[in-house]
Amino acid sequence: MSATGLHHRTSESPRFNILERIREVLSRREVIGNLIGKELKVKYKSTVLGVLWSMLNPLLYLVVFWVVFTVFLPAGIPDFAVFLLSGLLVYTLFATGLAAGTGSVVDNASLVTKVAFPREVLPLAAVGASLVNFAYQVAVLLVFMIAIGYDFVGWNLLLVPAGLTVLLLFTTALAMGTSALNVRYRDTMHLVELSLIAWFWVTPIVYSASLVLGRLDIWAQRLYLANPLAPIVLAFQRGLYGYRLAGNCNDAGVQDALPARIAELPGCQAILPDPGLTWYFWRLGLVAAMSLVLIALSWWIFFRMSGDFAEEL
Amino acid sequence: MTEPAVAVDGVSKRFKLYRERPTSLKERVISFRRAERAVDFWALRDISAEIPAGTTVGLIGANGSGKTTLLKIIGGIIRPTSGEVRTRGRIAALLELGAGFHPELTGRENVYLNASILGLSRRETDSYFDRIVEFSELERFIDNQVKHYSSGMFVRLGFAVAIHVDPDILLVDEVLAVGDEAFQRKCLDRVAGFQEEGRTMIIVSHDADLVARVCDQAIMLDGGRVRAAGDAMEVVKDFHTHMLKIHAPFVREDVTKEVEIRDVRLLNRKGETPYRGVRAGDPLTVQVDIEAKLPVRDPVVSMAIYDGSDRLMFKTGTDWTQMPLGTVEGKRRVSFRISTIPFTSGGYRLAVGVHSPDLAAVYDWYDQQGAFEIWRDPPREGSVWVPHESEVEEL
Repeated sequence: MSATGLHHRTSESPRFNILERIREVLSRREVIGNLIGKELKVKYKSTVLGVLWSMLNPLLYLVVFWVVFTVFLPAGIPDFAVFLLSGLLVYTLFATGLAAGTGSVVDNASLVTKVAFPREVLPLAAVGASLVNFAYQVAVLLVFMIAIGYDFVGWNLLLVPAGLTVLLLFTTALAMGTSALNVRYRDTMHLVELSLIAWFWVTPIVYSASLVLGRLDIWAQRLYLANPLAPIVLAFQRGLYGYRLAGNCNDAGVQDALPARIAELPGCQAILPDPGLTWYFWRLGLVAAMSLVLIALSWWIFFRMSGDFAEEL
Repeated sequence: MTEPAVAVDGVSKRFKLYRERPTSLKERVISFRRAERAVDFWALRDISAEIPAGTTVGLIGANGSGKTTLLKIIGGIIRPTSGEVRTRGRIAALLELGAGFHPELTGRENVYLNASILGLSRRETDSYFDRIVEFSELERFIDNQVKHYSSGMFVRLGFAVAIHVDPDILLVDEVLAVGDEAFQRKCLDRVAGFQEEGRTMIIVSHDADLVARVCDQAIMLDGGRVRAAGDAMEVVKDFHTHMLKIHAPFVREDVTKEVEIRDVRLLNRKGETPYRGVRAGDPLTVQVDIEAKLPVRDPVVSMAIYDGSDRLMFKTGTDWTQMPLGTVEGKRRVSFRISTIPFTSGGYRLAVGVHSPDLAAVYDWYDQQGAFEIWRDPPREGSVWVPHESEVEEL
């Protein structure tokens, strides 16, 4: 169905062909860009600081946690500010993208009921706008890490683009489904907002994953890691924060200490579950595969329901 | 003509009307057990039409006749319940001017956003931008936020963007009547330009005379069905008659001609037929000559005045004025004397009928479009003429 070709409309929704939909959406990528631009412009219209506001939030976190945990409470997770932000920014992108995406079709009711365009651009633009904010916030984190002389350059950085790709896939997959469901059941938005609170605490953002995993049996561990956000957050933590040890580790306090070696030292604890990079890539791969299946499913739901959007809004 | 630009084939559209639409999951679950409380409403029933490329077609009909629903289905915004629509070429639907304009953004930003949603690439918008701004006459305000625009400026910009989208098929819903008269003329000029370029247009309007003026063909919808289709002039004529029937029950096909209307005249203050129109506030007399060959008991003469959009303005009859005609045989002259014409401007339509008091039989009726014109020098705004005077006192 090209913009200039022959259109054929019946009571049935046209057959869902994901490649065709991708082509259709790609052909309208300028709309996505413009909608993202609109979101950002509207957000900072009539502000003096503009986009700086996006960056002040992580900056505040960094300064507060850096001061609190290095000056007042120099225990627990070393460089807690960096640890926290490398997970928190990921979660912020996920949460804002999913919340804005869920509401995207309803919020643009005036467009949906008046103009024909591929409706997919709405949730995609919502996730895209969150991505732009994420980029500013990551820039703040990187500048901070360079400023305090944090050692993070290496192959581990490859986990960041990989993790980001999987995160975008997963967020989009969910947002597409929830944005369509939200048109018919406005409960969806409330459900999403509530879930995002719970989800934050089952994901290792403010606490270390190995601390939790160490107290769980093998099945509970599997269940914990089945949370698709856990491997993504862990990948960012491994990529930016790195493999670090906490507690009384003495000479074992090197980056590549073997788990077996650490276990011999009482009172010494690794913060992340695995020192190598392969474990994280492997976990990310699983989430990516799952996200691809999910995206196909929720796109199908979205497409089926989108024929009725204009009527239900 | 070869392939039609738009082919509508047996399209029906059903809306489910819920008294209170259950939209939350809990309510869904609850109302699942109860029988469906929804009432079916068929907005369109079995509509078929072919619109050849390059023609301009008007969709007319009373409010709620399904015009906009049909336009939305052709534009791909909603789906038909059954039947199919085939269209050929890029479609732009002007259902609402400036749909999607964001009040916080400037005119310029909104032009780019709106144009891209309507299907223009950035490069295309760049090349049309100056023309869009020129058309909207908003050169000085294009970098102001749209929230500071007047509603007239808002729709002008919306229209300017939409007509530069360069569609093969343009769907227009009641939006030709925006802005002041000068801007309307510009819009109609642009429509004429579209026609010359051989583009296809479907125009929804309740202003049937506009459709008669602009369109080659027209389709009249009534209760979701096609009531008439074909030459625009013919369909518009049918439409006017149809609209008369809504408020003038004497407009019927089955006239008995027991009493016939011989003549209907309008007389001005001087008792002459006005040739230039009637001045607002002046008296007007409607004179109806009837003739019955055989005696007819108690016929009633009724008259109704409609404005240019077929809205009933005034209705009366000899039964209302308690002026019984008795048994009529031969000729009678019935006059309705209106002491003050309470309208300010525009063309008005007159319908007159003779019928039995209970309307069981209609003997004859007559109607004239543009029966009289109200004029004022200088022209005034507002739609009602209120008799008044003014005085000044020294205090």
